Amino acid sequence: MRLLNRSVGRLSRHRRRPLAGAAVLLVALLSTGGLYAAFSPASQAETEKDNAALVAEGKELFMINCSTCHGSNGEGITTQNGKLFGPSLIGVGAASVDFQVGTGRMPMAQPGAQVEVKEPSFNQDEIDAMAAYVASLGPGPAVPDKEQYDPESYGSEKEKEEAVALGGQIFLTNCTACHNFTGAGGAMPRGGEAPSILNTDPKHIYEAMLTGPQSMDTFSDGNISPEEKKAVISYVESMKEQPDYGGFNNGALGPVTEGIVAWVIGLGILVAFATWIAAHTTRTNQTKKGSAK
Amino acid sequence: MSSDLSEIEKHDDSHPELNAHTDALLPDPGLHEHHWRPTDVDPKAEKRAERQVALYFGLSAISSVLFVVAYFLVEPGYDGDVWAGYGASNLTLGLTLGFALLFLGIGVIQWARKLVVDVEHTEERHPAASSPATREAAVAELKAALNESGLARRPFLRNAMLGSAALLGLPAIVMLKDLGQTNAQITKEQPYPGAGLEHTVWDAGVRVVRDVVGTPIRPGDLEVGDLVNAEPATIFDGSLHGAPLQIAKSKAATILLRMDPNDIENDVTRNWSVNGIVAYSKICTHVGCPISLNERTTHHLLCPCHQSTFDLADHGKVIFGPAGRHLPQLPLGVDSDGFLVALSDYPEPVGVSYWERNTYDIDEIFDEWSKDHAADAEQYGYKEGGQ
Amino acid sequence: MSTDTSKVAASNGTDAAAPAGKPTKAGAAANWADERLGVGGLSKFLSRKIFPDHWSFMLGEIALWSFVVLLVTGVFLTLWFKPSMAEITYQGSYAPLRGIDMSEAMASTLDISFDVRGGLLLRQVHHWAASLFIASMMIHMMRVFFTGAHRKPREINWVIGATLLLLGTLEGFTGYSLPDDLLSGTGIRAADGFMMAIPIVGTYISFFLFGGEFPGDDIIPRLFTIHVLLIPALLLALIGAHLILLIYHKHTQWPGPGRTEKNVVGYPMVPNYISKMTGFFFITFGVTALLGALFSLNPVWKYGPYDPTKVTAGSQPDWYMGWPDGALRIMPGWESHFWGSTWSWNIFFPVIVLPMAAWMVVLLLPFIEAWITGDKREHHLLQRPRNAPTRTATFVALMVFYAAFWAAGGNDIIAIKFDLSINQITYFLRAFVFLGPIAAFIITRRWCISLQRHDNEKLLHGYETGTVIRTPEGAYHEKHLPLPEGEAFAMTVRDRGRAGDEPELKKNGKPTFRAKLRAFYYDHDVDKPTAEELSAAHHHAEHEAHELAAHEGHQVDGHDFDDHRHSAIEEPLSK
Repeated sequence: MRLLNRSVGRLSRHRRRPLAGAAVLLVALLSTGGLYAAFSPASQAETEKDNAALVAEGKELFMINCSTCHGSNGEGITTQNGKLFGPSLIGVGAASVDFQVGTGRMPMAQPGAQVEVKEPSFNQDEIDAMAAYVASLGPGPAVPDKEQYDPESYGSEKEKEEAVALGGQIFLTNCTACHNFTGAGGAMPRGGEAPSILNTDPKHIYEAMLTGPQSMDTFSDGNISPEEKKAVISYVESMKEQPDYGGFNNGALGPVTEGIVAWVIGLGILVAFATWIAAHTTRTNQTKKGSAK
Repeated sequence: MSSDLSEIEKHDDSHPELNAHTDALLPDPGLHEHHWRPTDVDPKAEKRAERQVALYFGLSAISSVLFVVAYFLVEPGYDGDVWAGYGASNLTLGLTLGFALLFLGIGVIQWARKLVVDVEHTEERHPAASSPATREAAVAELKAALNESGLARRPFLRNAMLGSAALLGLPAIVMLKDLGQTNAQITKEQPYPGAGLEHTVWDAGVRVVRDVVGTPIRPGDLEVGDLVNAEPATIFDGSLHGAPLQIAKSKAATILLRMDPNDIENDVTRNWSVNGIVAYSKICTHVGCPISLNERTTHHLLCPCHQSTFDLADHGKVIFGPAGRHLPQLPLGVDSDGFLVALSDYPEPVGVSYWERNTYDIDEIFDEWSKDHAADAEQYGYKEGGQ
Repeated sequence: MSTDTSKVAASNGTDAAAPAGKPTKAGAAANWADERLGVGGLSKFLSRKIFPDHWSFMLGEIALWSFVVLLVTGVFLTLWFKPSMAEITYQGSYAPLRGIDMSEAMASTLDISFDVRGGLLLRQVHHWAASLFIASMMIHMMRVFFTGAHRKPREINWVIGATLLLLGTLEGFTGYSLPDDLLSGTGIRAADGFMMAIPIVGTYISFFLFGGEFPGDDIIPRLFTIHVLLIPALLLALIGAHLILLIYHKHTQWPGPGRTEKNVVGYPMVPNYISKMTGFFFITFGVTALLGALFSLNPVWKYGPYDPTKVTAGSQPDWYMGWPDGALRIMPGWESHFWGSTWSWNIFFPVIVLPMAAWMVVLLLPFIEAWITGDKREHHLLQRPRNAPTRTATFVALMVFYAAFWAAGGNDIIAIKFDLSINQITYFLRAFVFLGPIAAFIITRRWCISLQRHDNEKLLHGYETGTVIRTPEGAYHEKHLPLPEGEAFAMTVRDRGRAGDEPELKKNGKPTFRAKLRAFYYDHDVDKPTAEELSAAHHHAEHEAHELAAHEGHQVDGHDFDDHRHSAIEEPLSK
């Protein structure tokens, strides 16, 4: 039994999906490719030229998809009675675009208390182009490198374990108040909510901390350092990998759903048993041999 | 069953207390005739039921054995076995124990339902009260006992006894005195730093540090929109341990928020801020939950426990929910090394309301504070353009 | 309980189960015990005690067995739990918290969860059983009140039951606070806030409980003593008293053939109930164990140790503490300041006054009802909820009141799961806690009254068979058949009119407050039919059946039910 699902390497403790191996291979290949790209001899001029082309492509996409609300130069649009229709994007940085468009929040389906998370409308290349364009409007946080947020990039298992422990404390201090103890989300005033981060990409978590999407506070590098951000992400990812030690987690919402389980399932089953115990059994018209009747 | 019925009729008028105020609209048809179960009349069915019950007991026994097997073979704990995303140890132990108990229970119930004789019986009721004769006898005996004791004849002795018994309450109450120092005996430094409901470990010149990591903060570290969960440096300097540390943390927890200075709507709030950075107590004035659910765009701070909402741009006033008082603000300054410090302790008690608490409005608090802390404000006060 | 069935059987004077003169081993043991303890009398008294059979009579048993499960699992948990707030650095196997400072209580809870085999199961079974203990007490209480089983002579048992519910709730609170995790610590902090809000003595109560300022290092050991000693002792004593009174009064029963106010019809303790109770105990334990296996409960490792600077969204108490918490959430922020003192109505009222007042109301319900109705008789036959419309409606209103606060206690979860605004939910519930119960009262009462009418209809005209008959004129009507004898009888066993005497009038001839309440209590109540109505209806039904029978085998000519019948057979041919 111990062999069954018993993890082999310490680094991949809780990974149990058969696809995991393939995923590791894929990540390895991709990062090798990335490293190659990073160290491959490319002249500065070439990069600049590429960047200019990217910005131009991004501007085109921006004009079609974003300018209605954010203005044709990203300066933002204010309604007649002074309310923001779409905020200014000058200085929000590439990270903000990568987060908002990458998680499908932008383009927004409709204004409201809570921006809906949808399937992203653009592919990563298009998002990169728009991010490059918005970054060109004013200095802002850049899209983080994989090294900055990937919990698998720690040197040793011990290092990672320490980061998870530290990240847990930072998470419980700074994040759980809104996002709940597992990251399942929580309510905010006037119909808003701190969304669940259980299915959020580590990169997007990093960008959210950096840019403070919608009503979220920012946790800039002067507030929570990049290493600490990575530690938080490591904790969140380790929580996602963690099995449910005690059984089904009832949505990880705490005592409210636990109460519902107790009443509906627990008491429901016991009352059903009580009904069965008190119910009359099958009867027959035959009489017992030798009985008085 | 006919014999039972005749019993009832016999006793019909014996207990008028039990008289049902129900006019007999229809005659009582009497107990149904007993119908036998298949297991009572058919030996085959009986055998079947026996086998069924035995099967349940057998399943229960197997589950118990499997519990022991799972106990030793399935690895529990953080690094333990995992099945289908669930902790295998808890799952296997719980299922085997659950089924061992459940099958045993079902077996016993099946036995009762199918095999135990189930002829209905009738039992007579009696009124709850004792009979008049018994009651009279009891009263007479009590009276006699009271007489023999002489309690009524010796009122002085009786009263003396009651009085001395009552005085025994005094030792019980006096014993409570040494539970600790009362509020009146507590000062800010005694018996531990920041003691008492009106004090915290904050003081003039105490650095504001990030919670968990304990590093000091320069105003320039923060961007507009940054929220920092902060603590006084005292928490991290190693001087406090155990209960004093927990007490210090429970009162001194603070949130820093950097907002656009133009967003600040209140002069006192502005006076106690540094370049748009404001510091408030993290302890809700309602029942004391730590609060840090801030809406960056509105500067509204929400409590996750009971949803009191405070406006941080305007001296932390309550804008929604059950809290009755604004959130206390910590006056901020900058020390000679350029780190954020407190200008004083909180100008008013933090956290929950209590009966002895004196309450003033924010301007009164500020005037009082300005008189007491002019020197500290001079030393650490933030000068426009200084940072 | 003695197993000396032979003796009991003999003393009952019915068929002797064992031949006399040949003592069995069990008989010898029983003899030994009886000679020293005199258990023979007790055994005779208990073993053939009759209990009626109905599923709703077993709800209290769920509570009883959950309590036994709590005792068993609780004893096991004390083997590993350390009720201490000494600060230690966690070095157990749960890596994400390794190296973190926490109390010994929290560290030992983590050890139970991760390092003790089956420890997590024990924790979860214990906690689920606690939830079921309180939930089953509540539905047991609903059953008792809706069926009128709280009436004389059982009022004291109702009071004991209500006290058990209160104690069970406190026991639950002290229990889930013991691990000293973030969620429960937040709860204790809120409890400190509640105490502080009590005028004049608040800070002293807090000071005595915490041994100084919150959190100090005394609270967990003190809660532990309360949880494992003080309250369980009270619970055991009261449960004992509850059961003794149950046996003394004998169980109530539903009206039916052969069942009267003066008897109890059912099955004897031995062998029927002893086996059904034993079986139900194992089933309750088994279901709780399965819950512990399949559903996670209070995952303290995710909350982390208590730290007064941390908090999590969705900070809720366990469900049974949820309703005062909900009251706290929707209460407006009223606070007064007089002469240098603070009066926190916003806390004191919803969380101290309201629960105590609600508990007092529940406690006094049987006495209030008896005072209003003036009913001083003993009652052993149960009432259907419809036959006491005002009582039923009152309790439903109380339940809606409770449920509204309950919903308020989960307003943040409702907000995120149904995409609503917590502010709007709060405003809505502020109105609903007053209007909801009133609406529920009116609806329930009317509902009961129309069910009473329906019962009378069935009694007078029989039940609807679903067979629709077309009359020769082309009219349709449904064939009704008389109710089975037993069912009809059970339906007629109920009070006619008001239970007690008319209350006296005031000196000025106007009705007293009590008289007005009584008039309201019985307002629109539908009485069962009178004997005349019943016999008239039966006569009518017989007549109808007879008429219908007269037409059997005849050709239908369109005049079957008037006086112009023309039948080929009846018509004189010679005319």
